[in-house]
Amino acid sequence: MVSDVVIVGAGIVGAACARALAVAGVRVTVLERGAAASGTSAKGEGNLLVSDKGPGPELDLAVYAASLWPDLVDELADELGPAFPSLEYERKGGLVVATTAAGAEPLRAFAASQRAAGVDARAIPNGTALELEPWLNPEITAAVHYPDDAQVQPVIATEALLASARNHGAAVRTGVEVTGAKRDASGRLIGLVTTAGDVPAGAVLLAAGPWSGETARALGAILPVRPRRGMVLVTTRMPHRVFHKVYDGDYFGATQSSDAALQTSSVVESTAAGTVLLGSSREQVGFDERLRVDVIREIATKALRLFPFLANASIMRAYGGFRPFMPDHLPVIGEDHRIAGLWHASGHEGAGIGLSLATAELLVAGMLGTAAPIDAAPFGLARASLAPYLEEAA
Amino acid sequence: MPARPVPAHRDPIRPGAATPIVISIDGDPVSGVEGQTIAGVVLATGRLAWRRTSVDGRPRGLFCGIGVCFDCIVTVNGERDVRACQRRAGDGDVVESQHDELPEAAR
Ligand SMILES: Cc1cc2nc3c(=O)[nH]c(=O)nc-3n(C[C@H](O)[C@H](O)[C@H](O)COP(=O)(O)OP(=O)(O)OC[C@H]3O[C@@H](n4cnc5c(N)ncnc54)[C@H](O)[C@@H]3O)c2cc1C
Ligand code: FES
Repeated sequence: MVSDVVIVGAGIVGAACARALAVAGVRVTVLERGAAASGTSAKGEGNLLVSDKGPGPELDLAVYAASLWPDLVDELADELGPAFPSLEYERKGGLVVATTAAGAEPLRAFAASQRAAGVDARAIPNGTALELEPWLNPEITAAVHYPDDAQVQPVIATEALLASARNHGAAVRTGVEVTGAKRDASGRLIGLVTTAGDVPAGAVLLAAGPWSGETARALGAILPVRPRRGMVLVTTRMPHRVFHKVYDGDYFGATQSSDAALQTSSVVESTAAGTVLLGSSREQVGFDERLRVDVIREIATKALRLFPFLANASIMRAYGGFRPFMPDHLPVIGEDHRIAGLWHASGHEGAGIGLSLATAELLVAGMLGTAAPIDAAPFGLARASLAPYLEEAA
Repeated sequence: MPARPVPAHRDPIRPGAATPIVISIDGDPVSGVEGQTIAGVVLATGRLAWRRTSVDGRPRGLFCGIGVCFDCIVTVNGERDVRACQRRAGDGDVVESQHDELPEAAR
């Protein structure tokens, strides 16, 4: 059983774990090299999706996570009071459509497989889809409605989780970069070397998002997390004309592939302020932050296929981030079987906002030795699908 | 200090002859010269703010002046979200200040 934990990274995953551990009575220190929520958690969209996951462990984790969000949002609002900005949690539902004749049947089959796994995935007539989304391109060929998809403002959510963690005794230290490990004679991790001196630790939780790979290396461990870049376009504010999270069914293909080349697929949603977010792209180009016009053009073009009215919208900003990509598409949650005292919560790729709460619950159960809410084995670092990547680099 | 046009004879860049234009701003005719941005024409009238924020109704006008912040948006000839600092004023343009309430929560 663990009684004090140093968490590396104050993104949403580190923040959720910090809060859950602090609430459970563990002494928590969070070390963050930049500002809180300055990494990937500030560079995405904040969708809490069950719709984009096929049957399997990630879907189980997403369904469990979806069940945690409403209570957490209420608890944080009660605890932090009206002066704290709203998390903008909204269970607005997702609408997935096919835009080609060939795409219709795979979308329906995918939804059927999700229904078998317990997801509320409603194949609806195209006319019903147009009632849900009156501005949608009427040329769609199939539609599935997912009432359980939701949305949250990820930066506010991260800050709120950290604020609550602090209320429960956690210390959050920003501007502190972790650069190495302190081990005892047995090899056990007993502390961290940082730019602000050594920090002792009963246990270390690595939650450094796409930088977990390089930070693990600094601690003497191999972790195959890689950055997978994504871009989002933001329109000016407007009266709502997009009411759900709407995306093109070919998005599943992009999320589940490991292809390093550029892939784009259309994801459109509005935010509480009235902007419309247009995504999304996926490409593996390291930590290259340069803006690329071809990526932006492709995202914009595909968004018009879903919502032709966007042709007259003004794009106000474009931004991008690096999803923490795992070669087998599952996050790593739990203890490192190679280095005693090291724990992981990384590699959530394009779903870390949604999965953060469920990750934290699994981690707390692991650290405190209590019953896990869902089977944690598929997320273990020792799983078979990860073995080649742990050896390859070793 | 209020924004104001520099008289042509004192302008160090020695502009050529200016072609006067008239645009309307919220119904009022305002004169400027060809080549000015809409923001330039509006500022020259002494008006610094032409938009209000949704929640607190705070005044907004030119902020960055270079097309980045979108604080200066106006409706021009019926087209909304036009950046006043980027759009050249055209003779006869109908400019309306824009106010957006927070949108209704999604259905
Ligand atoms: C374009 C795009 C769209 C996305 N859309 C969604 C979405 O709709 N829904 C969803 O659920 N997910 C989405 N994601 C994914 C989501 O953003 C990530 O999975 C999630 O933010 C990961 O959180 P994290 O806490 O693991 O990482 P981060 O937020 O990156 O946090 C890690 C932190 O660790 C710090 N750090 C790194 N190294 C060190 C070190 N050595 N010492 C100290 N600190 C360190 C970093 O500064 C950073 O703040 C999207 C991502 C992108 C790029
Ligand atoms: S003042 Fe910033 S965009 Fe016009």
